[in-house]
Amino acid sequence: MNILKLRKAEELIFRIIMFLATTVIILALCMIIYSILHKGLPSVSWSMISQLPKGGFYFGKEGGILNAILGSVYLASGATLLAFVLGLPVSLYINIHLHKRKKLVNGIRFMLDVMWGIPSIVYGAFGFSVMLFFGMRSSLLAGMLTVTLFILPIMIRAIDEIVKTVPSGLLEATLSLGSTKSETAYRVYFRQCISGITTALLLSFGRAIGDAASVLFTTGYTDNLPTSLAKPTATLPLAIFFQLSSPIEEVKARAYASAVILTVIILIISIISRITSRKYQKNKIK
Amino acid sequence: MSEHVKISVEDLNLYIGKQHILKDINTRIPENQITVILGPSGCGKTTLLKSMNRLTDLYSNVKVDGKILIDNEDILHTDTDITTIRKRMGLLSQRPYPLPMNIFNNVAYGLRISGRKNKAVLRKRVQHYLELVNLWEEVKDRLHDPASSLSIGQQQRLCLARGLSVDPDIILADEPTSALDPISSEVIERKFVDLKSQYTVVVVTHSLQQAKRIADYAIFMYLGEIIEQGPAADFFSNPTEELTRSYIKGLFN
Repeated sequence: MNILKLRKAEELIFRIIMFLATTVIILALCMIIYSILHKGLPSVSWSMISQLPKGGFYFGKEGGILNAILGSVYLASGATLLAFVLGLPVSLYINIHLHKRKKLVNGIRFMLDVMWGIPSIVYGAFGFSVMLFFGMRSSLLAGMLTVTLFILPIMIRAIDEIVKTVPSGLLEATLSLGSTKSETAYRVYFRQCISGITTALLLSFGRAIGDAASVLFTTGYTDNLPTSLAKPTATLPLAIFFQLSSPIEEVKARAYASAVILTVIILIISIISRITSRKYQKNKIK
Repeated sequence: MSEHVKISVEDLNLYIGKQHILKDINTRIPENQITVILGPSGCGKTTLLKSMNRLTDLYSNVKVDGKILIDNEDILHTDTDITTIRKRMGLLSQRPYPLPMNIFNNVAYGLRISGRKNKAVLRKRVQHYLELVNLWEEVKDRLHDPASSLSIGQQQRLCLARGLSVDPDIILADEPTSALDPISSEVIERKFVDLKSQYTVVVVTHSLQQAKRIADYAIFMYLGEIIEQGPAADFFSNPTEELTRSYIKGLFN
């Protein structure tokens, strides 16, 4: 009898702890969104989205941030695409071809996790030193490559985690039909994991579009529209950073407006990819 | 009775790490018959089955010696590509693993990777194999639905159709009915009996009743060794080993 009471009390305590934790997280998230919307929405206007900046980073009350919006979308899309093309084969290879080399694969995973943890400024500095070595100037391309490097561990490990869950019976079934391992990888595993791969793409895109430190030296900044891979390009995180450090209140408010735009871009990308992946999700074997 | 030996296993030993899983396995599996491998869990029957199409290659720390001859070719030591060897054997696993595609493409997959791409031909072949496993009538109006929407019994038949589509001459089945309801089990069992005129069937099973119903040749394994084997009639009515006798009586399983 006593034990039952004790267990019930334990259950209650843990339920309260879990409830509180969930509430705190949701509240914090709501407050972030509220403060961005509250401070940013009044300054969001059509001209903000459709025009180039006027009057410089610190003093520009006029014009918009079209340069940074386009720059960020180009940069993040390019980097995500590159990281996907390089990362997907890695994830499939370590799970299918290296299926029995457990120790090696765990070593690779550990290294990727360490790389995941390295701050983005370090990637920025690394990219910058490589650029100096080749005599490159800050440009969209240099930023794209640096960001690719920075999101690759995220991409590989996120896909890897989902490929890991494919039952080994499916591998055996596919190989028994006389498939090669690569056919298994791209024709079967890819389809089975498509929803997880979408999540990996989203996660990577979010990191790529939201990071300021890695693009600070490598992509540079400009008030012009991005027209060439070889030229410096504006990005939203840096636009927010510059606007926020301005002494003028109106310009500061524009930083929050830029944050709203950044959030909305991520939201749109999320919705699109959820819808497209749902189409393939239905074929998944449970 | 002059029968051709399809698969011949000679002095097969298999180790995983330091564990000795299969011990001195010797057996000759007759062509166009149903061979049943019986034994309690963990006796190595599944491992023996999987070593026949070298799925054991996927295990880590595995060491195999001995010979497995299929039509007199030693598949453990051969230059023949492993995919060619595997294509000759359809595999049916404990629970069905359809591919993450629609019903049609599940059967067409094997045909496509063997290079058949013509749409009309594909459609005809897919229908043929689905009819062969009595599934066509049930799915002909929903070929583009996901394979996962079928019942487990239907999925297992789909997997059989998929396995047959690459034109094997051996069917390997690893407790193929253990996850199925009695009716689907019966369909699969009956299919095996129908198919044995064209295929060599090797079935691992837990169920003594099933073994008695379908076996032409029986192998009894215990702790990694073959205790007894022989034509089913003799094996079940007159086993020579004490261990086999008590297993058939149901004293342990």
